[in-house]
Parts: sequence; C-alpha cells; structure tokens
Amino acid sequence: MAKKKVVFKFPPHLIDQPIIYRLVAENGLKVNILRARITPKEWGNMVVELNGDKAKVEAGLRFLADLGVEVEQLAEEVRWREERCIHCTACLTSCPPRALYVDRATMLVGFDREKCIACELCLNVCPYRAVEIAAAP
Amino acid sequence: MSKTIQEINEKIKQGRAVVCTAEEIIQVVKKKGLKQAAATVDVVTTGTFAPMCSSGAYFNVGHAIPRIKLGGGKVTLNEVPAYAGFAAVDILMGATAIPDDDPRNKVFPGKFAYGGGHVIEDLVAGKDVRLTAATYGTDCYPRKTLDTWIRLADMNEAVLFNMRNAYQNYNVAVNLSNRVIYTYMGILQPRMRNANYCTAGQLSPLLNDPYYRTIGVGTRIFLGGGQGFVVSHGTQHNPGVRRSALGLPQVPAGTLAVTGDLKTMSQQWLRGASFTGYGVTLTLGLGLPIPILDEETLAFTAVTDADITAPVVDYSEAYPNGKPEILGEVTVAQLKTGEITINGKKVITAGLSSYARAREVALILKSWIEAGTFLLTEPVAPLPAFDSGYRFKPLKERPWEVLREVI
Repeated sequence: MAKKKVVFKFPPHLIDQPIIYRLVAENGLKVNILRARITPKEWGNMVVELNGDKAKVEAGLRFLADLGVEVEQLAEEVRWREERCIHCTACLTSCPPRALYVDRATMLVGFDREKCIACELCLNVCPYRAVEIAAAP
Repeated sequence: MSKTIQEINEKIKQGRAVVCTAEEIIQVVKKKGLKQAAATVDVVTTGTFAPMCSSGAYFNVGHAIPRIKLGGGKVTLNEVPAYAGFAAVDILMGATAIPDDDPRNKVFPGKFAYGGGHVIEDLVAGKDVRLTAATYGTDCYPRKTLDTWIRLADMNEAVLFNMRNAYQNYNVAVNLSNRVIYTYMGILQPRMRNANYCTAGQLSPLLNDPYYRTIGVGTRIFLGGGQGFVVSHGTQHNPGVRRSALGLPQVPAGTLAVTGDLKTMSQQWLRGASFTGYGVTLTLGLGLPIPILDEETLAFTAVTDADITAPVVDYSEAYPNGKPEILGEVTVAQLKTGEITINGKKVITAGLSSYARAREVALILKSWIEAGTFLLTEPVAPLPAFDSGYRFKPLKERPWEVLREVI
C-alpha cells in the first residue's frame, strides 16, 4: 500500500465534472481530501492524500493527467521545532486534524506529521514560532 | 505543631529538609492526612512559565572613551528602543518595546516578529546585540553617537526587573463577536469557537499561598532559571477580590514585583514571544518556595486544579470596554481536559501558560533546596493583604481642556 500527499490543480473547464468520484470508483483509490478550493470559472486547488497499492496510485495519476488535471507534489509542509516549543498548548485549538496534540498526563505538546494537512492555521497562533512552513523533503 | 523558617533552613543546610512540589503535595496530603504531612514536609515548591508583559531589564553598559551620555538621548538594542532617562550609561529595555519601523498593526494583523522580550532572550543566550545611541554632547560627555556590538558578559550590571508577574488567577478569554480577534490571550475565533486560559493552576505560586502568609518583600525565588527576589507586591495588586471558601481568589488578584541578576539566568526560562495582531512580550519561568510553617500553610498548598475557578470573559466587548461582566466560571481541571461548557455550548480550550514547564520549575527549585544551594528567606515586609483595603483602580480621566479652564 502506498500513501501519498499531492496537490491537484483543476483547469476551469473540468470544475463541473465528478473527477474525484471517478478516481475512487474507477481507479479503486482511497482519497482523503485535506483541503479544497473549487470556484466556478477558476482553477481549482485540492490537497489530497491518496491511499492504494502502488500500481493503482500510478494508474490514478495517469487518469488525471489524461483529463488535464495537473498533479504536483506537496511543495511545503509544516514543521514543528521542538526546541522552540514551550508546551503551552496555544496551538491545539487551531489544528483541525489534531496533528498538534497534548499528552494530558505530561502536558507535553507533540506533532503527528502524518495527520497534518498543511492548512497553516497554527503558524500565526504560536507565539514562539515553533511551527513553521518549510519546503517538503 | 509549627516550624520557623530558621528551623527549616537548618534542615536544608544539613540536607535533611523534605521538599515536595505543589503537585506532589496533593498526593502526600491524601495519603498521610494534613497533620502528618505538615509535620513531615518542610517546603512546597511552586512554578509557572507564562507570558508576563510587565517585565524588563536594566543594564549598565559601561563607559565609552571618550565618554557619551546616553541619559536623555535615544538608545536602541537590535533596533528596539531602550529607555535612557537615567544616568550616563544606564538603560532599561521593556519586554513589549518594538522597533520604530515595525509596521505594527498597519497591515492587520501585525506579526510583531521581534521586540524587547526577544532582545532580553538574545542577551541571555549570550548573543551579540547591536547597541546604538544618538544624544547631545556636554563638556564632560563629549561624544554624540555610538554603534557597537555588545553582549551580556561585557556589561556591568544586567538585571531583570519586573513590575508585575505571577498573577494570582487569570481570565479565560473568549470572543462573542462575528470576527476573529487578535488579543494578548491569543487568537480568538468568532462566536466562542475557542477559549484560552493562562494559569499554572495547582502549581501557580500565589494560588498556593493565597493570603500571602509566607511570601513578602525579600522572598528568594526561582526566576528565569536563576535565583531572584520578590521586590514587593506587583502593579495592579488587588488582594481584596471575592474568594472561595478555600481562600482562592475567583478573579485576577495578587501580583508580584520581582528582580534577579540576568547573568545567572538561561534562555530556557526567558523567551521572547510574538502575539499576532497584539505585540511582543517575555515568557518567563518563576517559582516560589513555600515554607510549611503549620498545618494551615500546608492546607493551602494542597490546592488542586478542581478547586480553582477562573472567570470566562468576552474579549470582543466586555474586556476592551472595561465591563465587569463574566460569562461564567470554570475550573482549571475542566480547562485542562481541552473542553469546557459555557452557557450550554461546548468550547475547546488552549493554554498560554505551560503546565509542563511549570512542573519543571517546581522540580528544579525542589532540587536546589534538597541540594542546599537555595535557602529560604524571612519576608522583610508583608504584601498588602486581603483585608488591607488596597485595591486596583481604573484611570480617572480628566481631559486636559477642562483642567485649563480651571486654571
């Protein structure tokens, strides 16, 4: 099984088509939409996590490319700089997927990179700039 | 049975003192009961690590040759203005000072990336900081400008001096309006979608000695990773507020003014902080030792998060307009579950005060006392007490035009 975070860019003429449905139904992929911005007559932008075996993921990406959807690697990711974190928990309520979490026994904050959807809501909330945006590896 | 501070210090010197943190003491009292715990335990240590805006540091930077009179001139450290209205080379850096060219909130919300709190952190970290000065010349101080690197080790005195720290209890901030607001209590989402609190709860210094029975002028404390002292009560000290049956204030109450040698402190316990849309401050570690003089002092230190209530305040309307109304009260125990209920609505919570670090402060202070490197002090004078009549007043505004007519 392969798990992959990518960005889909939909050209305006594809906006009214059920592309994600076809990706799921016809290509057998699990698609987790992390962020999406779809507006009529504009380029749509969607951050997704694709889950399926390697061949299926590749076939799915080919299917999208043939339709004219641009697929890009997630260019940026949120990094948690533990040495800057003071474990105040201010970020917790600004992290919808709960990638930033606190262990209630120790009251220490942690970061689960897998859960992060790079929404960047936490960036302005941390007074110590312990979360930052960086180029994805 | 009662003990004196002198007797406790003798035990500390002999390495026999029994020390617990304000968190550990809760279990000790549960297990042994008040009486036996009070007989066994000598000191309870507290701690907090949170943004404290009324912090600052003064420095004597040494005399340049030829001499320059910074007093009355304009001085900056890393472009952050320092106050120089003193003798020739004494300057003061406040935690919330920001560079003159910082855009502030002109592009809202401002980032406030660097300010006085960060300057103090950089100095404590041993970094070189740029000192500039522009002033007037005199016969004895002929030089008018200065632009030099300077570091903490090269200064004469470098002293943290905070006029208000360690607030006894604090508000829980929410936002009832329809837009996001940016406050010193963090970013508050509209229609009460989150609640931010700021207290170390059961570890908080002044909540463990709510009537200031052992704390006073001259009390030796943990400050910024070094040892400091209580100067007096802090600004806005307000001891006479309503209290629970346990004596715990139910709204912000007492405060402390504290001081300590910056050269003994560490970056781990002094951190510059940037609050989006609000400004810059200093986050500081502070811990008080509480000598267990009798059962009553011990009983106060056994306070738990479930005993402490904090008022929920709307920061979109009530706070900015100085209205006293509160939306309700919640306990620190509830706040620490991550969710509270206000007027029937479930609201997620986040803290600004680090409980994990507060615990560490209390543990470090405990280790110092156990090692005999930290002795307790008798207060030289008490803090204004609950029944002293001392209170915190709003500004009585008298517009100057009116005053002129009177003259």
